Amino acid sequence: MEHELKLPELGEGIEKAIVACWHVKEGDEVNQGDEIVEVVTDKASFGVPCPCSGILKKIMVHEGGEIRVGGVLANIGAGESII
Amino acid sequence: MGYKCCLQDLGLIDYRQAYLLQRQAIGHLKDTGIQSIFLCEHPVVITLGRMARKENLLVSEEHLKVKGVDLIHVNRGGDITLHAPGQLVIYPIFNLTYYGKDLHKYLHKLEQTIIDLLGYFDIVADRIYGKTGVWIRDAKIASIGIGVKHWISFHGVALNVDIDISLFFMIKPCGMEVRMTAMNKLMSSGVDKQDIKEKLISCFEREFDLNYI
Repeated sequence: MEHELKLPELGEGIEKAIVACWHVKEGDEVNQGDEIVEVVTDKASFGVPCPCSGILKKIMVHEGGEIRVGGVLANIGAGESII
Repeated sequence: MGYKCCLQDLGLIDYRQAYLLQRQAIGHLKDTGIQSIFLCEHPVVITLGRMARKENLLVSEEHLKVKGVDLIHVNRGGDITLHAPGQLVIYPIFNLTYYGKDLHKYLHKLEQTIIDLLGYFDIVADRIYGKTGVWIRDAKIASIGIGVKHWISFHGVALNVDIDISLFFMIKPCGMEVRMTAMNKLMSSGVDKQDIKEKLISCFEREFDLNYI
């Protein structure tokens, strides 16, 4: 089952952020709670936690790209693992 | 009543060592709910935040090696900055869920803390919209850059007290054409670092509702 990694609320009036750094790549196993991507807004870098364990299927916004709050950063294959 | 907070003055400390202490304090906060503030100065070091551009380093890396200046990529917002003796660096390890889970509000509160501190010394400081930091008219006196993991903050604020301002010629601070200043340039009476630290601690206590333990 696919889960979406979305950019959470970052504060009042903050509508978007820039993807600064992916710590994993497509095909990697990810664990729930791991901060697999950092986004930047103003002088703050924020680690976005993974919503579930599984495989990172598809990065939707790459480094340098802009993402709106609530937007999809990546798709994760929940419960999957690398054999 | 306030949020419990440990305070440590680390003196002159290597940047990477201070970062390790921040990581330990993050773990301590997760386990106990107790926040931390570290005060320190660093030997000359240049750090590159997540939005740093290489062209904002104005000297070669070979030049830095010859001068013994470290160049470190760090997990904070912002561009390039420089730390050196004479600059008071403040690392608050705070749980931002205590302060509304709002990144910009936290940056704003850090600015306000420094503005209030400078007010004690009759230095009129302010913000400039769109240029996070603390300014004396068009000169920058304090830079801010933070990292946040699980809504716990690290990295922080660098306040120029009596730093050698000429060091900033090695970089384009924060990626901007900006003049840097320091407290000693603005105070005819000279700087008393211990007095500055004590007032700073008091400003943090007030702005962030802290209970030092």
